[in-house]
Amino acid sequence: MSERRANENAEERRKPRLAVFKFASCDGCQLSLLDAEDELLAVAGQVEIAYFVEARRQMLEGPYDVTLVEGSITTPEEAERIQEVRRQSRFLVTIGACATAGGIQALRNWRDVDEFVRLVYATPAYIDTLETSTPISDHVTVDFELRGCPINKAQLLDLITALLIGRQPRVPTHSVCLECKRRGTVCVMVAQGIPCLGPVTQAGCGAICPAYNRGCYGCYGPMEAPNAEVLGRRFQDLGASSGEIVRLFRGFTGYAEAFRVTSDQFEEVRR
Amino acid sequence: MTRATETVKQIKVDYLARVEGEGALDIVVEDGRITHLELRIFEPPRFFEAFLRGRGFQDAPDITARICGICPVAYQMSSAHALEKALGVTTTPAIRALRRLLYCAEWIESHALHVYLLHAPDFLGYESAIAMAAEPELRPVVERGLRMKKIGNELLALIGGREIHPVSPCVGGFYRAPRRRELLKLKEDLEWGLEAALETVAWTASLPFPDFTADYEFVALSHPDEYPMNEGRVVSSRGLEIPMEAFEEHFVEEHVAHSNALHARRVDGGSYQVGPLARVNLNREKLSPKAQEAMERSGIPFPNNNPFVSIVARSLELVHAFEEALWLIEGYEEPVPSRVPVSPRAGEGCHITEAPRGMLYHRYRLDDEGLIQEARIIPPTSQNLKRMEDDLWAFVPTVLELPLEDATWRCEQLIRNYDPCISCATHFLKMRVRRGE
Repeated sequence: MSERRANENAEERRKPRLAVFKFASCDGCQLSLLDAEDELLAVAGQVEIAYFVEARRQMLEGPYDVTLVEGSITTPEEAERIQEVRRQSRFLVTIGACATAGGIQALRNWRDVDEFVRLVYATPAYIDTLETSTPISDHVTVDFELRGCPINKAQLLDLITALLIGRQPRVPTHSVCLECKRRGTVCVMVAQGIPCLGPVTQAGCGAICPAYNRGCYGCYGPMEAPNAEVLGRRFQDLGASSGEIVRLFRGFTGYAEAFRVTSDQFEEVRR
Repeated sequence: MTRATETVKQIKVDYLARVEGEGALDIVVEDGRITHLELRIFEPPRFFEAFLRGRGFQDAPDITARICGICPVAYQMSSAHALEKALGVTTTPAIRALRRLLYCAEWIESHALHVYLLHAPDFLGYESAIAMAAEPELRPVVERGLRMKKIGNELLALIGGREIHPVSPCVGGFYRAPRRRELLKLKEDLEWGLEAALETVAWTASLPFPDFTADYEFVALSHPDEYPMNEGRVVSSRGLEIPMEAFEEHFVEEHVAHSNALHARRVDGGSYQVGPLARVNLNREKLSPKAQEAMERSGIPFPNNNPFVSIVARSLELVHAFEEALWLIEGYEEPVPSRVPVSPRAGEGCHITEAPRGMLYHRYRLDDEGLIQEARIIPPTSQNLKRMEDDLWAFVPTVLELPLEDATWRCEQLIRNYDPCISCATHFLKMRVRRGE
């Protein structure tokens, strides 16, 4: 570290500037930073937290070295604002299922929003909204993503550390199944016949759901090259209806391509 | 209070900090009179009530948790109870106790976050807790708050699987109940937390409170035997006492043009306040013994009509939550089974629980397959929004002599009294769709 520093010029030695921006979301992923109770003050010592509205009144203008983006794009205003955030950011990281896959609010993407309004809401109103909820990467270039609903705070801290010292962040790309094996959890699908998205879902949470005696519901989205259709057929063999299978794939990351295609297939079958 | 120059003042906050979600404030004062006042909510709508339609009943606790990353347990509790009523299911005393323990954990993490990281900096003139922690004499205070918050989160993660969006709570109980020995491991930390919470009360009671009171109607649950969390009747400081099932007959939500959130009010007109100050004012004799002692020692009288005192009410609830968590762990018997069997059937049910920020109402109607046909959610922040605006109308004239920057900050602090969770409030019933991009 000290050798590195000696080689850096004065400008590079200034603290990296961190920004946190929110789009359509529950705030839970940015809360993960405040939930890093043991590390928060240390992080604040190493980076300049320049823009983090949930935590501080001070709001400094860009450019930012590292920008964390939470939430999906659901309004015309957000679609414009993300462009400006991108322009101000050297390294843009999307955090969580909303930012990386559109989030649970992407369930609107399967409905005709006008019909939806007529069905549910009687009176016209004052609100602008887009027909879809889409991930940030549909709008701007994303440099790195952290999956999860919510993200894993250990992964967030690793990411910040990695960027500070200039190494690659470590994020697994294998499935949740490996995490179950490592944790010593008996497979809920094999032993109890509970439908579980673990075989096609990216690891990162620590395989919490099977350890709590339920099937994975896909917070981290599809792993690399998942075979989701085959898993869906396995659910059928276990007695799940097409409707149940569609709903399971259409969860917090349901709009991610592999899950979207699979839920659409099973919906066709139902028709 | 006329001035020769500067007859128009504008208090404008484009993006309210240290609240959960996106809101703005715009107040115009001309010749000492407010001519425009808007607490504007620009948090985008996410239409939870709409897309819950057609989902299975067991999806509701998982999905509604995503309305709010700070109080997911509240959503899981209100939805699970409402759906159990719709399905005609009764849980066991052991499940009931574990739910209270889980709620204690959420109150601890949420209240410690708000007291130390979001609200206290206003009283002491710091822009954030990060700036507070840079002062050597305040750093231990911030560290105390962070450790309390961490203990709440550890208890929450143990019971729920993780601190944000826990996976274990469900309709019928829990997918997995913790073992007694797992809970006992947290006992020492909770004992430390109880002492830290008592210090928190003494500390927050010593903060400088702006001299401001209003004629509030406080509304909270009330229960004959315990401090309200998951059960009780709806009571108010003006004598209302109704069962939860009558909530929609007495309270309505309406849409106002400048807000993406609905504003709730009493059917007969007025705004009201929910949350820790309302709960303490209405249920102070049900607080745990140590919380009652701390209330006495604090020198702050309750019931109290100064909204800035909510930080003390929140601190008292921290004491209560730590003390009750210790009792519940002492007396813990693992629920067997961890969840009672639930079969789908048609039905309707509503329920209110006390989220950290106040009453959270859920109502569901199910078809005979157990699919949700209709969902209604009224979060605490939409109940408080109208009251926040009413507070501002009364408060702004008292700060007009201050420099604009200070007056603006005071108004923000007033809003933060309510610990507003704007993501929650924006759940929305009406919208205009803009096609294409």
